[in-house]
Amino acid sequence: MINTLVRGTFTAREKSFRQVTDDIARPTYSNAAKWWYVAMGIATLMLLFGLWAIYTSIAVGLGTWGLNNSVAWGWDIINFVWWIGIGHAGTAFTIFLIVFRAKWAAIFNRTAEAMTVLAVACAGLFPALHLGRIWLIFFILPYPNTRGPLWVNFNSPLFWDVLAITTYLTLSLTLWYFGMLPDLATLRDRSKSKIAKAVYGFFSMGWVGSVKNWIRYEAMIKVLGGLAAPLVISVHSIVALDFAISVIPGWHTTILPPYFFVGAIFSGFAMVMTLTIFIRKLYNLQDYITIPHLESIARVLIFGSLVIGLAYLTEMFVAWYSGWEFEMFTFLKNRATGEYRTAFWIMVFCNALVPQLFWFRKIRTSIAWMLIISIIINIGMWYERFIIVVSSLSHTFLPATWTSYSPTIVDIGIYVGTFGIFFTGILLFLKYIPSIAINETKAFSKKSSH
Amino acid sequence: MEKKYWQSINAYKAQPNQSLFEKQPLKEFTVDGLDESEVKGKSSRRDFLKSLGFSVGAVALVSSCQMPVRKAIPFLNQPEEIIPGVANYYASTFYDGHDYCSILVKNREGRPIKIEGNELSKLSKGGTNARAQASVLNLYDDARLKNPMKDGQNTDWETVDREIVAKLNALKGREGSIAIVTGTVISPSTTSLIKEFVAAHPGTEWVMYDANAYEAIRKAHKAQTGEGIIPFYQFDKAETIVSFGADFLGTWLMPVTFTKQFNTNRKLDKDKQNMSKLFVVESNLSLTGSNADERYTIKPSEEAAVLLDLYNKLAARSGQATYNGPASPIDTSEIADELFNARGKSLVVCGTNKLENQLIVNAINYILGNYENTLNTRQPIMLSQGSDEAMLSLVQKMNTGQIGMLMCWNVNPVYDHPQAEQFIEGLKKVDAVVSFADRMDETASQSTYVCPDNNYLESWDDAEAVRGYYSIMQPAIRNIFNTRQAQDSLLKWLGSEQEFSAYMEQYWETKIFPYQSAFAGFRPFWTQAKHDGLFDMEVESTNFAFTPIELKAEKPSDAAGFELVVYEKVAIGTGKYTNNPWLMELPDPVTTATWDNYLTISIADAESQGLLQEDVVSFGNGLELPLLIQPGQAKGTLGIAMGFGRSGAGPVANGIGANAFGLMQINKGLKVANQAGITLENTGKKYQLALTQSQHTMEGRNVVKETTLAAFLQDPASGNEDQKYKEKVAATLYPEAKFDGFHWGLAVDLNSCTGCGNCVISCQAENNVSVVGKDEVRRHRIMHWMRIDRYYSEDADNPKVYHQPVMCQHCDNAPCENVCPVAATNHSSEGLNQMAYNRCIGTKYCMNNCPYRVRRFNWFAYINNPKFNFNKNSDLGKMVLNPDVTVRERGVVEKCSFCVQRIQDKKLNAKQENRKLEDLEIKTACMQSCPGDALVFGNMNDPESKVSLLMKSKRRYRLVEELHTLPSVSYLTKVRNTSKA
Repeated sequence: MINTLVRGTFTAREKSFRQVTDDIARPTYSNAAKWWYVAMGIATLMLLFGLWAIYTSIAVGLGTWGLNNSVAWGWDIINFVWWIGIGHAGTAFTIFLIVFRAKWAAIFNRTAEAMTVLAVACAGLFPALHLGRIWLIFFILPYPNTRGPLWVNFNSPLFWDVLAITTYLTLSLTLWYFGMLPDLATLRDRSKSKIAKAVYGFFSMGWVGSVKNWIRYEAMIKVLGGLAAPLVISVHSIVALDFAISVIPGWHTTILPPYFFVGAIFSGFAMVMTLTIFIRKLYNLQDYITIPHLESIARVLIFGSLVIGLAYLTEMFVAWYSGWEFEMFTFLKNRATGEYRTAFWIMVFCNALVPQLFWFRKIRTSIAWMLIISIIINIGMWYERFIIVVSSLSHTFLPATWTSYSPTIVDIGIYVGTFGIFFTGILLFLKYIPSIAINETKAFSKKSSH
Repeated sequence: MEKKYWQSINAYKAQPNQSLFEKQPLKEFTVDGLDESEVKGKSSRRDFLKSLGFSVGAVALVSSCQMPVRKAIPFLNQPEEIIPGVANYYASTFYDGHDYCSILVKNREGRPIKIEGNELSKLSKGGTNARAQASVLNLYDDARLKNPMKDGQNTDWETVDREIVAKLNALKGREGSIAIVTGTVISPSTTSLIKEFVAAHPGTEWVMYDANAYEAIRKAHKAQTGEGIIPFYQFDKAETIVSFGADFLGTWLMPVTFTKQFNTNRKLDKDKQNMSKLFVVESNLSLTGSNADERYTIKPSEEAAVLLDLYNKLAARSGQATYNGPASPIDTSEIADELFNARGKSLVVCGTNKLENQLIVNAINYILGNYENTLNTRQPIMLSQGSDEAMLSLVQKMNTGQIGMLMCWNVNPVYDHPQAEQFIEGLKKVDAVVSFADRMDETASQSTYVCPDNNYLESWDDAEAVRGYYSIMQPAIRNIFNTRQAQDSLLKWLGSEQEFSAYMEQYWETKIFPYQSAFAGFRPFWTQAKHDGLFDMEVESTNFAFTPIELKAEKPSDAAGFELVVYEKVAIGTGKYTNNPWLMELPDPVTTATWDNYLTISIADAESQGLLQEDVVSFGNGLELPLLIQPGQAKGTLGIAMGFGRSGAGPVANGIGANAFGLMQINKGLKVANQAGITLENTGKKYQLALTQSQHTMEGRNVVKETTLAAFLQDPASGNEDQKYKEKVAATLYPEAKFDGFHWGLAVDLNSCTGCGNCVISCQAENNVSVVGKDEVRRHRIMHWMRIDRYYSEDADNPKVYHQPVMCQHCDNAPCENVCPVAATNHSSEGLNQMAYNRCIGTKYCMNNCPYRVRRFNWFAYINNPKFNFNKNSDLGKMVLNPDVTVRERGVVEKCSFCVQRIQDKKLNAKQENRKLEDLEIKTACMQSCPGDALVFGNMNDPESKVSLLMKSKRRYRLVEELHTLPSVSYLTKVRNTSKA
């Protein structure tokens, strides 16, 4: 049980250490439930659809996408940014937990980090697939080569992206895996089947739970957490620079990096909320992931929503204040009142208005409301990326080049396919790895030595 | 049992009774993965053969998976002029029976790959049009016939010749039983040959027939001056020009020549402070109308009333007879004032093929004293000599069975005759129809014999488009297929052993050579004429006498419904180029539509009829076409392009659109390209047009800057006032890029650009730009490196129109360059923004960051891809590719390179000759053949270069200057000669 001044009490019922381990580790050794197979089946179908779409993109060409001469980025980059945003929650929780010692965050940490790893993997797929010649993707890596002075362009934000995303993926993966060691050892010790024992044993890297282990572990987690802390800001800021570095009205604004960062935390937290609501129900973890835990996320979402709303207003104001016709057109006409007004107002409604409902305690503590609002937020955040990418590209400086954009079945297929990757990953994670960090839960419970 | 040979003493000893311990290592040692029987004896030889067989098989299999080997066979005897990698240019003439310009044919390794304008020509002055540019692709058209045909079956020339000569001999007794139908022949030697043929077969009728005719001009002159001529219009000498539906900048008579002329009087600089004023009175918004200073919209049937009204106003002023006529629907007083003030320096032209209208036009020009000033009657235009009446009477004769043999040469009446039914009926009654078509076109497929003519790039001929101006057509390649020049066929059938080239040479020696004095002998004269492709001859003056006759004007039609105007599209003309994918994909200069045929309707009419853009309507005799709502279309009128609805042109053309020739009317023996009383019926269907532009106004942005002549005279920077400010406030933290040596730049004079689209095709031919097809254009994926943006402003019912060529701006501070993660696009030391296709991985970031949207992505493989079944998917079609320019792979970004291959070529030449590059020596493809001379390329580091001088003009501005991209392309403001601001 955690008592905090602001957030109140966190654990509803006191559990013994053994009970904690039993409750959380149960799915890993019991047979999967029926819903798990159904969900896995659906996720696999989505994955197959995605594989077909990816095959088509590579074998036939990017012409199978909805892009055109003016809108050369569409769903690919929208979804890339969206997934990166989703992924941010994991790292954010890590910071909350490790750097700020926010104990309530411990409960979400493992799932959020799993989400991060999968979401970043999904996100990373898009910049690779959006290459016209994916088979030459290694050109983008700065490795010694025989091409003489040909080297990557360090001025290009796309190159920064490559560095940022690979670093981010590596670090999140390490952090996630490293944090899992004690739990993997627990599973190894509890496993009855030989195979499970061997696999968990291999991955727990000989963890014995000695004091020495724990000292090293705590130190290492802090180091990794410290490294991850700046990344949570840098990654999405760099993604934002893809746009901000350009000269296109609607992209070329200095507000984008902080705005993207907050947007990422916002959408990531919403996604964590959606997922954990399902997980606690399906795995009977209501005693661990309690309403106050979810309420904490809701509070963060209110804050995020306010910042996002402020960012929208700031953008509009700056566009008007600049007095530059192209900026004014993009924000005040094209987005707010023009061709993209529907998408724009959906975005404002979903991101800036709906989350304000969390000011009401009743809504903030209602599972149904939280589920609905968290999904609405992620729809809204998708529209935000749509607005940024498409509305700016389709109507630039010369009106003769204005076009419209709509996705094709292949665009949709790849997006659905990334959901397939994400959900198969999450389902495997739920099946084979404890979705809540057992050691952390114990550490923060009443009987701990803390 | 086999003998066993021992190899060592140990082995010998071990043999009799080996212990288990000893045996093991021995076996291991000898076996080496094979068992004993495989190591020695017969079986091992068999295995050797087995493995040999396997390896040979494997190698054969693997090697057969390789790319097929294509052998490049070197010349056994190296031709003297052909140096691999170096282009040859041959002077020739582009003439297709309709369009004329003098050209240079660029040959690489023996293949014609590009048409350039011949700058020596006094008519086309180095200009071409899009059709001439694209005509080189017609040479490599898969739809061309490869052999002579008889009854639709391949045959050989011997058979065809034998049978035709036999038929001709059989018809010798029947006078008047042979008819030759040709397009307008402007070749003196061919004319002479046809006349010889007619003489050898007495009574043979020779009919010239034009799909789109201007015969009324000849008839009117015949009535008023006694000479059935089309005078040579001098737009350069005219200060006030009034065009009644004559699209002289786009399609009418000699658009290239006229554009050159027109633009000499539209250029403005320090020394020249005046320009002509163009009034256009028309129904469709034509290319000429889009360049008008003042434009009026009328229905076609109102034209005569307007003309007569104008005549009466002018006649009253100059004390000539006036005639009663219906009231004019528009106020012509401004036109009358301007014309009257510019007497002797004005010009009125009319594109309507109606005698009474042309009579009034001639009378107006006469009372204005324009004859011999802006209308040259001494050297008339020789184009468009077709006679509709002669053709109609021939159709009658065919139907009565009088014609035993009909030869169709460069004509396709089954497709383009307004009364095609009767012609087809008549064809059935002709014993033998001989067609010279180069493909199984509509007429050829109904002919007994098809004797495929050479492409003009494989032929000898000459041309006299305007009296006294001769030009020569000479082959730039040997016949690709088993075709024969039609003239050679005629010679053969005349029983002559001579080839037409010899015939033509002989003609020049006897008929043309004597009229010149510069050369003493024929050989040097002939060599020079072939080298220049030209010969200009002094023409004796004739007595010109104008007899005024009574003028009348028909009442405007009061029939219910729309008046429909059949017009010629700038790209495909009368249908000769409908199978040319370059031209099909050339956006219409006004509508920006590609690939399709559509019906243009005014905004007001569409509203009142409740019709929307792309609604498919049925009209006429069951024709169905989608609607295109066209600002500037006269109320109550519809426009339809001719040239579509083909069935025998080839796979690119067939089945697209509706054939509009059937909508033409025969009026008093003349084909009139309009029809009244058309009603529309909405079919409820929709058809998506492939437009390249979806936004038609500038949204109040300073994209095309414009001023009026009056304002320009007061302040040359008028309309461009913000440029100074923008240059002043431009601030940057970085030092500006410096270019030692060359710094290439391009100036585009918006006042000279008519928007004709020549540069677009020239660029496409030069740079191997892919054709992407209708669907991809609909998705806004057209590949053109150079596009002409078209904007409308002001009154939507009669808008002002702007044409703006946009190509890569070669920014010195290029936004595309810094965002490419692999540095595939970068800046050269000469200021070029260049693309390394090999390095490009296709992130498309550069496309997004280009403020001008000039970058193009290879969304699909456009070469060797059956889904894009255009010239790049055929071995023949690929012969047009320029070997100097890489063919881009799927997944890379491409764009205008300022024709870097041309820059390098000329630089290399200068270096080899150890001299400095001269200004204007390098000409980009777009600039070289621009009929408006709107584009000037050169070195901006040279303060004396023409481009530098233009860059200093007060009219000069750059697109989106405030972005500080520092483009190397600049624009000069458009100046409209109008009193209305």
